[in-house]
Amino acid sequence: MASHSESIIREPLITGTDITYAKISDDILLPVENKPTKAWWIGFTVASLGALLWIVAVSYTFWFGIGAWGLNKTVGWAWDITGFVWWVGIGHAGTLISAVLLLFRQNWRNSINRSAEAMTIFAVICAATYIVAHMGRPWMAVYSLPLPNQYGSLWVNFNSPLIWDVFAISTYFSVSLVFWYTGLLPDIATIRDRAKGITRRIYSVMSFGWTGSVKTWQRFETVSLILAGISTPLVLSVHTIVSMDFATSLEPGWHTTIFPPYFVAGAIFSGFAMVQTLLLVARKVLGLENYITMFHIESMNKIIILTGSIVGVAYITEFFIAWYSGVEYEQYAFINRATGPYWWAYWSMMTCNVITPQLFWVKKWRTSIAFSWVLSIIVNIGMWFERFVIIVTSLHRDYIPSSWAMFYPTWVDVSIFIGSIGLFFTMFLLFIRVLPSVAMAEVKLLLKGSSEQSKLKVLADGHVEKEQAEFYKESLIKFDSVELAKYKKS
Amino acid sequence: MSSTKFILGLFDDPDEMMQGIHKLQQNSIPIYDVYTPMPIHGIEDKLGIKESRLGYAAFLFGCTGFTVAFSMLYYMLVHDWPMNIGGKPHFAMPDFVPICFEWTVLFTAFGMVITFFYATHLFPGRAPRVMDLRATHDRFVIAIDAKGNTPHADITNILKEAGAVEIKHNDRKYVSYE
Repeated sequence: MASHSESIIREPLITGTDITYAKISDDILLPVENKPTKAWWIGFTVASLGALLWIVAVSYTFWFGIGAWGLNKTVGWAWDITGFVWWVGIGHAGTLISAVLLLFRQNWRNSINRSAEAMTIFAVICAATYIVAHMGRPWMAVYSLPLPNQYGSLWVNFNSPLIWDVFAISTYFSVSLVFWYTGLLPDIATIRDRAKGITRRIYSVMSFGWTGSVKTWQRFETVSLILAGISTPLVLSVHTIVSMDFATSLEPGWHTTIFPPYFVAGAIFSGFAMVQTLLLVARKVLGLENYITMFHIESMNKIIILTGSIVGVAYITEFFIAWYSGVEYEQYAFINRATGPYWWAYWSMMTCNVITPQLFWVKKWRTSIAFSWVLSIIVNIGMWFERFVIIVTSLHRDYIPSSWAMFYPTWVDVSIFIGSIGLFFTMFLLFIRVLPSVAMAEVKLLLKGSSEQSKLKVLADGHVEKEQAEFYKESLIKFDSVELAKYKKS
Repeated sequence: MSSTKFILGLFDDPDEMMQGIHKLQQNSIPIYDVYTPMPIHGIEDKLGIKESRLGYAAFLFGCTGFTVAFSMLYYMLVHDWPMNIGGKPHFAMPDFVPICFEWTVLFTAFGMVITFFYATHLFPGRAPRVMDLRATHDRFVIAIDAKGNTPHADITNILKEAGAVEIKHNDRKYVSYE
């Protein structure tokens, strides 16, 4: 049956006491069915100016070549690949939420999966633009594909992790897109059936003629489950392969077998931080406090502690192995990271990624919205520095001291990076205007079993053990969207 | 004879709708289809709908993807142009793993989703065959073909008893055509 009440000791996933199926659609479609607010316009203006900067800087790069960047013959990869890995990593949280948490039956994913998946898609777009831009001559990108050519067909070198990456990123992007869009169909149909005129026609085309019949839903659920099942190893493979771009080289500092798991943990870490950065603002501005609750925020913060700690252990392990291996070059690379000319980047990374996330062990802080938001930005900064440290500090001291160099970014480097953030936010803001930012159908599933009002009913029935009821009421204190007054009197 | 083509029972609660299905089945009234704004677990068993075979399709697409990727790599790296890269073997199977895996996933995802769209008749621009516009919003709709022998008043009563908030006697099958 649709409704079996879950254990009372679990926190509610939907708060508020007047929620109906209709109210869920109304609340979530508010930004879609109405004219954008002033806050949206301000955000959109700033973001699209950023996107414009990106267009200018990327066009400049294509016109003058990558000599426009601060690269030199020693540091051949810098902000470009840093930006690429940073964005791909951010994308990972969306798939983790939509696929891995589905397999683990974590119902709290239902209200955040849509926007997190959208974030994945936009982040991977930003990452892909870096890859094309760093080729310098983007029309040469076709040579990374195994297509017949005039050289007798000389095929691409499939032994190279860079080619694996082409396959991994393109598969990841297209499968995420399919997963996201299939999940959107029922919600687009909701917009269609509520709209009039030209809006209805547009959403009608986009809805693929969805009706919500029994057979459709049954197949839909099968498809979602299998897509989740294949996306889970896919998301792990993507950052594994990204890490192999480095790990299979012979560069000291890169040539380590710990890279795949370490990169995957880092990716999830940074991805969840970006989800927090976006959703803490979105829930307030879009008025979704009842659907994206403190429980969601706290759960994500817990994942940030876990993955942040894995990343911390990986940093220390790397250092230990550099010493334990007895390889001088490896040892030098690591000592140089911590004490060399880029010490500030290394210690920024260590502080932002290893030390500050540990503050989330304090319950008061991890349930504070302002604190979570600031910390999510710090994690994003830290994860950018992680990639910068891995790439630039490993490269800048070449084997021959005469080849030692520093990297200084040009205005083009900086503009492409800032611009890519603008591009990302432009796409995200457009998304929340035209598509439902919360998966309505999936949230409706939770209404009868896991909402605050259904739990209130269970409490009112009085068949709950006293300690359990007390435990439940205690757990509600942290929620900013629960009226505690009505729990006091009993 | 009335011009009613379909009788719709609109419920605002999924459990009451399941109750409605139960009552209709007890009275041997065939149900045409049920339209809901969210998936209802257990409804397939109730209506006797067979399990979806999309899983098998997905598996076969996955096998296809793996075979295509492996054959392509073998042809290009071993058969057509074996490149001498530091004297290493041409048929380096571990290097085949990532791309074979990616294409297994890619073919599974696209093959399965396209099969789903094909089987369910979903494609961009298809005219939505909607019986009630609130079925994607907040109503759980049981549709009954009015051609059956049961008097329409009886169907109405059964639905009402089960807790339907509204009962519609529609002259048109679909309301969504303009």
